[in-house]
Amino acid sequence: MYVAVKGGERAIDNAHRLLAEDRRGDPAVPELDLKQIEQQLALAVDRVMAEGSLYDRELAALAIKQARGDLLEAIFLLRAYRTTLPRLAVSEPLNTAAMAINRRISAAFKDLPGGQVLGPTFDYTHRLLDFTWAEPHGADTGTDAATGKTLPQAMPRVLQLLDGEGLIEPPRADAPTRPVADLTREAMTLPAERDLRLQNLARGDEGFLLALGYSTQRGYGNTHPFAGEIRMGEVAVEIVPEELGFAVEIGEITVTECEMINQFQGSAEHLPQFTRGYGLTFGQGERKAMAMALVDRALRARELGETPSSPAQDEEFVLYHSDNVEASGFVQHLKLPHYVDFQAELELLRRLRANASDPSPDADPNDHGPKP
Amino acid sequence: MNPVTEPTLPGYNFAYLDEQTKRMIRRALLKAVAIPGYQAPFGSREMPLPYGWGTGGIQVTASILGPNDVLKVIDQGADDTTNAVSIRRFFARTAGVRTTEKVAEATVIQTRHRIPEQPLRDHQILVYQVPIPEPLRFMEPRETETRKMHALQEYGVMHVKLYEDIARYGRIAHAYDYPVLVNGRYVMKPSPIPKFDNPKMDRMPALQLFGAGREKRIYAVPPYTSVKSLDFEDYPFEIQRWNQCCALCGAADSFLDEVVIDDRGGRMFVCSDTEYCHSRRAALPRGARESGS
Repeated sequence: MYVAVKGGERAIDNAHRLLAEDRRGDPAVPELDLKQIEQQLALAVDRVMAEGSLYDRELAALAIKQARGDLLEAIFLLRAYRTTLPRLAVSEPLNTAAMAINRRISAAFKDLPGGQVLGPTFDYTHRLLDFTWAEPHGADTGTDAATGKTLPQAMPRVLQLLDGEGLIEPPRADAPTRPVADLTREAMTLPAERDLRLQNLARGDEGFLLALGYSTQRGYGNTHPFAGEIRMGEVAVEIVPEELGFAVEIGEITVTECEMINQFQGSAEHLPQFTRGYGLTFGQGERKAMAMALVDRALRARELGETPSSPAQDEEFVLYHSDNVEASGFVQHLKLPHYVDFQAELELLRRLRANASDPSPDADPNDHGPKP
Repeated sequence: MNPVTEPTLPGYNFAYLDEQTKRMIRRALLKAVAIPGYQAPFGSREMPLPYGWGTGGIQVTASILGPNDVLKVIDQGADDTTNAVSIRRFFARTAGVRTTEKVAEATVIQTRHRIPEQPLRDHQILVYQVPIPEPLRFMEPRETETRKMHALQEYGVMHVKLYEDIARYGRIAHAYDYPVLVNGRYVMKPSPIPKFDNPKMDRMPALQLFGAGREKRIYAVPPYTSVKSLDFEDYPFEIQRWNQCCALCGAADSFLDEVVIDDRGGRMFVCSDTEYCHSRRAALPRGARESGS
């Protein structure tokens, strides 16, 4: 007969124990240490930092280890930890023009001041499984890479080159009359300004942005993009302590930046001109930065007088569904018991079906026992 | 539940959230209490439990909990469902507060999908976990629109929806999360409680707080506030009813869960509120207790 579903506490404890066991796997295989993850799964670490909104390679590596390599779970762990951290200061805007470049390319110009710098990229690898990596490689000699000339200091931004002729919209020089919006501190309000949108996209799920960006290329809100410039490297983070009154550098972070150049036909108020889409991620996250730039440009439809007609241009749709911690939680909450609502629906459905076949008001379809 | 004696989690503030965040949430709560039924936006934080699993309720509870509070957590009416256990443990761990299964002992009750059968009293707080706070959401997906509709008290679409149900099915086809009008002003979602529980919200002596973490909204029904389930004069609101009583305790006045007991269509009905059921069975004369189990 009926046994009440008891023992939730013990079941949870046992589940945690099984998880810990599975996390470790075969004890005969050496355990991963955080340095290995940080160094050898660096791009996983980068993604977790970017969408976890916390730049800390060691914590990201820990999150990946704890999450058994489930990056969304790792992102969630990092976000939950981030909640507990005090906010000590707000940094000055990053100066990515002064970046120590590891990679810098433009698809819009064949050559340009500073040159094209490929850097560490998968781009021209043939995707052939390389069985030599199945065995420990030892230190890579990397002689060719080491012969690389020192890069020139000055790497002007590609889009500045177009600026001279007025062919591209100037970067919007918003006077900082209001503090930059922060959706981690206050609930998002719509319509959203670009700062809030960019923050949302920077934290947004790479897969979601990739699909949306892709959809613009296939005609759902086409923005006719060119990869104006993609650069990746280290930039200094500066803060202005109140007691000092001038900026001091507190560290360096690696970021990937993408500036898209998008065709714009012009409108009643504006001459035809190239417009911009912008993407930025922590670490090496080129796919995400590019997708973000496409979506950023698509979301500027309202501002540029275009009629939004596609999902990627729909601010509410994009901004409310980009966060994978929110999405993953809500989708998976369907696993929680819903038997009270389900019971209520069962009762209703039986009643509706009975009414359809027997409209007499006394018919009671939920009657399974003798009437009292 | 035994009093918790284990030390709270090292490295974390009392009840997890830092005091600034709690203050921000309490401000939103005050606003919500001042405007019954109004959805106050708040800077919802990432919690160590997933969105959709009660983060709104947890943040509300975390920001109102004091060391002397006694906490009860239920999910689907039961204290022993896995998520209720998990949330109760979270607060036992991070706040070290005493927890209980008894409604009368609790000062704060966090709930998902039910209101306890035993009436609540003054100075108790009922915290609801809310998945989708917006009652107009499935008629109008845009937040920008629905906020305007609330501001203008433009609730025509809701009445049309209810009317269409009657035209099509002969009754209002809402079994849970049945919309209510609070204090004669705001249409509000009571969270996915069965409509059976709606009448309990009306003029409840306890303070009712609603937290929607993922949607970043808080709303409230102050004590003794009118909460009216929407209906029509000729189609008055009615609650679910059963022809059975609880197979375990015999209650005829509680919300019953249907439990499938074999694969031949056999089923039994038992109280969804486990504590109510236990206390009724405990009060039964000896010998009668085992019947039905």
